[in-house]
Amino acid sequence: MLEFAVKGSKRYWGLVLALAAIAGVGVLTWLYQLSFGLGITGMSRDVSWGFYIAQFTFLVGVAAGGVMVVLPYYLHDYKAFGRITILGEFLAIAAVVMCLLFILVDLGQPMRMLNVLFYPTPNSVLFWDMIVLNGYLFLNVVIGWNVLQAERHGTHYPMWVKPLIYVSIPWAVSIHTVTAYLYCGLPGRHFWLTAILAPRFLASAFAAGPALLILLCMVIRKFTKFDPGWEQIQSLAKIVTYAIILNVFFFLCEVFVAFYSNIPYHMDSITYLFAGLHGYDAYVPWMWTSIIMMVLGIILLVPPVTRRNPMTLAAACLLVFFGAWIDKGMGMIAGGFTPNPLHEISEYIPTAPEVMIALGVWAAGFLVLTVLFKIAVSIKEEVRA
Amino acid sequence: MKSSRRRFLKLAGIAALGLGSRPVVDAAYAAVGGQAAPEPKVGRQPEALTAKQWAMVIDTRRFESAADMEPLIEACHSIHNVPHFENKRHEIKWIWETEYKHAFPGKENDFLPWEVKERPYLVLCNHCENPPCVRACPTKATFKNENGIVVMDFHRCIGCRFCMAACPFGSRSFNFRDPRPFVAETNKKFPTRMKGVVEKCNFCAERLAEGKMPACVEASDGALVFGDLYDPQSKVRQVLNDNYTIRRKQELGTSPAVYYIV
Repeated sequence: MLEFAVKGSKRYWGLVLALAAIAGVGVLTWLYQLSFGLGITGMSRDVSWGFYIAQFTFLVGVAAGGVMVVLPYYLHDYKAFGRITILGEFLAIAAVVMCLLFILVDLGQPMRMLNVLFYPTPNSVLFWDMIVLNGYLFLNVVIGWNVLQAERHGTHYPMWVKPLIYVSIPWAVSIHTVTAYLYCGLPGRHFWLTAILAPRFLASAFAAGPALLILLCMVIRKFTKFDPGWEQIQSLAKIVTYAIILNVFFFLCEVFVAFYSNIPYHMDSITYLFAGLHGYDAYVPWMWTSIIMMVLGIILLVPPVTRRNPMTLAAACLLVFFGAWIDKGMGMIAGGFTPNPLHEISEYIPTAPEVMIALGVWAAGFLVLTVLFKIAVSIKEEVRA
Repeated sequence: MKSSRRRFLKLAGIAALGLGSRPVVDAAYAAVGGQAAPEPKVGRQPEALTAKQWAMVIDTRRFESAADMEPLIEACHSIHNVPHFENKRHEIKWIWETEYKHAFPGKENDFLPWEVKERPYLVLCNHCENPPCVRACPTKATFKNENGIVVMDFHRCIGCRFCMAACPFGSRSFNFRDPRPFVAETNKKFPTRMKGVVEKCNFCAERLAEGKMPACVEASDGALVFGDLYDPQSKVRQVLNDNYTIRRKQELGTSPAVYYIV
């Protein structure tokens, strides 16, 4: 099937080359980071995780979101999704690849990465995160490839794949749960120290992942001969609707608990992000933009008339995706570190090389996605021809 | 095939010769007046000080200004090759002075005695009895040693900084760049670090192993008391018995081993 990846139109190769070029600049910038150290980033003693880990957290959500097409098809026998499960699985692969790359670029000593395997430490959540992320990558590669190959040959996929499919469903939930546990089990980081962090992560995942999938389906509809289907897009839209409402609801629960209890350390980070604290307010416009985007998304998604209109649906998906991205990809990590444990404020602003490396990882992920989707779409076109 | 086997045997022979000649070379080196390196001492030495849990009591009444703390901080940072960076983002500190409201957030009020509020406070790694950083480390690069000290293996650390997120006291620093050019005078008896690893106070584990008190304690003129928390005869226990002490964020259950007389 790989032959489809090297046979394509000019437009396909143009996209591949553009993404490869951005990824290449990212690699060069990373080499610079390797030689100087993480000092080229905006991170500090006080905000010791930044943009990289925030992107990682957001993308674990996108990866987990893929399960929203797998689950209805395999557990509820919702036939319509059979046509797009492969897109969900391939999106998950690309997202997990980005997650792993973001961990890699965040390490101070990446050459020692294998120490996590040489000295396995089950009491560290990072150890389990390594297992669930790599496991999820493996599951999606094996399942996606076998199911697609069977579809191409007009046969049923091998029976041994079925149990893996069933395992992959709770596994998708596990990747985002474990990722939330990285944060919510730390004493003294009050912004994260909340039992609702994992559910909140999952809600935003099941909104942002399927929202991106809808947009990708629309692109495929427009530019290829394969139609993922309007019914499929509409079902995904309902999933996005419920999930983004839950995400905003969970956030409001946080706000209530913090401000009604009036406990300073529960309020501080939220105040910092949404109103500024002791004169530091770089995140305020971003966080309000995020809230406005998510609320606008809900307003466009709930009424059937706007949900069924391709233009407004696309707009809603963009709003949900970027609203969730600001929430997790910017505010969640920096907010948790501010103020620091001594109640001092060091404001974290990512630097240009840091953003360039992050862009490089995104480009590498979308390169993987482009190639995988090209293979999937070519096979779908071939089968339907 | 044949020629490559012969080549291999030749190489192996040369290698064996090289290994076997080590004593000869050593002897020759000694004969020309070179000094063979002294045998390093490994394992626990008889003079080593040991404890079930090392602990520290800081008598904050003994410090009136930041200048009183300077010699302690200097003693620590110079023997441990702690670099000095102008850029605050890259800052590395093992022990430093701060204000009451930063050392004890949540314990401040507007009506504290002036001298309590204005006095400087020394902060450092608390060597918690139940350390969250040790729980978080994915490679056991941070661990609790047999004397209750939270120590680090700088050579195993992968620089993931999970321990920095886990520490509720902000006691850990990360080498955001190569620290060596920023060490004023290198102490050859303690390792320098490389970029990309975390570091922090080690309660002078290397000095205790030689029978010496931690550098800050030695420089404190009695304001810092150090001893075994679980030895009822220790000096630390005497001081804890005679004074009311508090610890930083003890409500988090990490059980810090640094106590403060306020």
